[in-house]
Amino acid sequence: MVHIFWWVIFPYIMLTIMILGLLYRFAFRQLTWAAPSTEIFEKKWLKIGSPLFHWGIIFAFIGHVMGMVIPHDFYLALGISDHLYHFGAIWGGGLAGLMVVAGLIILLIRKSTIDPVRIKATFADFASVLMLLFVAGTGTYMTLIFNTTVVEYEYRETIGPWFRSLFALQPQYDLMVGVPLLFKVHVASAFAFFAAIPFTKLVHIFSLPIRYPARPPQQYRSRNNYRRQEL
Amino acid sequence: MRIKAQVAMVMHLDKCIGCHTCSVTCKNTWTNRPGAEYMWFNNVETRPGPGYPRRWEDTDRYKGGWKLQNGQLKLRAGGPITKLANIFYNPNMAKLDEFYEPWTYDYDNLIHSPKRKNLPVARPKSQITGEYMDKPEWGSNWDDDLAGGSEIVPMDPNVEQLGEHIQMEYEKTFMMYLPRICEHCLNPSCVASCPAGALYKRDEDGIVLVDHDACRGWRFCQNGCPYHKVYYNWKTHKAEKCNFCYPRTEAGLPTICSETCVGRIRYIGVVLYDADKVKEAASVEDPQDLYEAQLGCFLDPFDPDIQEKAREHGINDSWIEAAKESPVYKMAMKWKIALPLHPEYRTMPMVWYVPPLSPIMNHITNEDELNTDGYIPAVDQMRIPMEYLASILSAGDTSVIRKVLLKLTAMRVYMRGKTVGGVDEFKQSELVKQADTNPEEIEDMARLLGIAKYNERFVIPTGRREMDDNLYEKQGTCSLEELAPREGVNPTFGYMKVRENL
Repeated sequence: MVHIFWWVIFPYIMLTIMILGLLYRFAFRQLTWAAPSTEIFEKKWLKIGSPLFHWGIIFAFIGHVMGMVIPHDFYLALGISDHLYHFGAIWGGGLAGLMVVAGLIILLIRKSTIDPVRIKATFADFASVLMLLFVAGTGTYMTLIFNTTVVEYEYRETIGPWFRSLFALQPQYDLMVGVPLLFKVHVASAFAFFAAIPFTKLVHIFSLPIRYPARPPQQYRSRNNYRRQEL
Repeated sequence: MRIKAQVAMVMHLDKCIGCHTCSVTCKNTWTNRPGAEYMWFNNVETRPGPGYPRRWEDTDRYKGGWKLQNGQLKLRAGGPITKLANIFYNPNMAKLDEFYEPWTYDYDNLIHSPKRKNLPVARPKSQITGEYMDKPEWGSNWDDDLAGGSEIVPMDPNVEQLGEHIQMEYEKTFMMYLPRICEHCLNPSCVASCPAGALYKRDEDGIVLVDHDACRGWRFCQNGCPYHKVYYNWKTHKAEKCNFCYPRTEAGLPTICSETCVGRIRYIGVVLYDADKVKEAASVEDPQDLYEAQLGCFLDPFDPDIQEKAREHGINDSWIEAAKESPVYKMAMKWKIALPLHPEYRTMPMVWYVPPLSPIMNHITNEDELNTDGYIPAVDQMRIPMEYLASILSAGDTSVIRKVLLKLTAMRVYMRGKTVGGVDEFKQSELVKQADTNPEEIEDMARLLGIAKYNERFVIPTGRREMDDNLYEKQGTCSLEELAPREGVNPTFGYMKVRENL
């Protein structure tokens, strides 16, 4: 029963909160949808912390796609041995994790010590950084310490298929039963974090300016045509 | 040819008294709220001086505007790929310190102080942190009227460019006022800098606006604008800028800064231009040719062909009539006495400036110098160095400035001649030849510059909302119209379209 709750009910509730929350905020709270920068107050620490964190988390995201979304068999078919994969995952993933954690710590210190930044930061701002730090911290620890000292855990046979089964709407919760506790904590806290996204500044994750390079530099909008498009 | 109409402004610097009424009324109208305290959509700078924000003209530092690279127009701060690579940290963006930390005073302490021996004081209090400040050290007009003198003046990037020591002795010093709003450029670099596509130029009147729903707070516009006229609101995390008081101009009223201008220095009018020519004009090789190239984009509203084409492009008769009466067209395009601010930024700015005259440096030693042609050398000896004006208004080309100053001087000589005699002498003089003018033009100029009334200074056609095509539908609509619109209209869910297309 406990397993059904944590690996079926809980992830679905969290994802539902995230999706509905995002839809609501995008539809009705568009004015609050921004990447709330404090660069205007402080630049020196941001210059180190922000790129470190953001690029780190982009690499980490790619790593998670490689580990969770792409099946184990795919690597075997390509001829990538388990050892080679884990070597790459530990060092590549470990580096990304360290970038994220180091960036977050710099940003957290900045947020709590630089006067205007601290005073203008909301509870949600601090909470999102702390949550990220927890999720990223457990992830980095797993990758760098657990995998190298305890056991090179083959999550592509357990967590990966379980994660994919969530989206197939056939959750195979039994796969998660034997997973080491540390991995369980990382996964569960990540889902809790997903649910928090719509209520924090983290919504800016979903604003990628991918159309920018392709669009004409000058933008004209006609009051009339614009409204015609809107309606 | 793609004809568009642009609402533009001319400021006659000769008449600016530096009273800051424009700044104050603008602030009270648009930016007196949290997050916007440091924003001055309109500000008046004393020149020479660093301006607001400090050293905004330092394009090497803030990387604003455009540059020409291998004949191609490129954003100085880098194109889309560079921007996306720098999206987590914008190296060129100014900190609040370059503007100032806005503050208020602890007035409460004055009002509620108990009776005591010493007078209560109102200590400055930061409007960002809410904490007391030791002392405010900079503000938008800290250097007003050359305050700070020889320490502040060398901070002016134009002064650095002149490469010569500017006289700070009381008898030889000079100053002028430079009121600034958003330039509502024909080739705006802020618009091109926005990854979200939130900034746009309005088709109807060329006003550059920020769509706050689309703005994601990526801040490239703030330093992308070489005039530094886009501000970042620390509270809403969105960009804000001068909107040319569009709710007023749409109603045919002048902007609040123009309406309240004490010296009546501001003129607003419509000009027609060919949008297809803009890119080419902004890409001319020599920065000193940019002024002429920009003039080449504008169209003659009296030409029947142009009028016909303008109608085809959706510009209605009231706008064409307004373009004919436009004071901007007269001053900037016809008489060529108004110049664009820093044309070398290649943004094709649309707020134009009539350069100020200033006292002659030398003493008049004999009566011969008082004859009409005696004014020609006087133009070259004015207190405000022509090189300085040129570095602000004509990319360093002093011949452009000289021509304008000669014309303005000729106007004064002629108008004086009309009352004290000497008109005939003036008509034959070298001055009128060099100034390339004639008495008829001078009379028109003198009227517009000196005594023009409200409706001559502001020729603004209304926004013609009655031409909008959905007025009939709006009639009698209710609040459910968004969710359940009439047949044939795409319903929306908040800001989202339910379907991409019908």
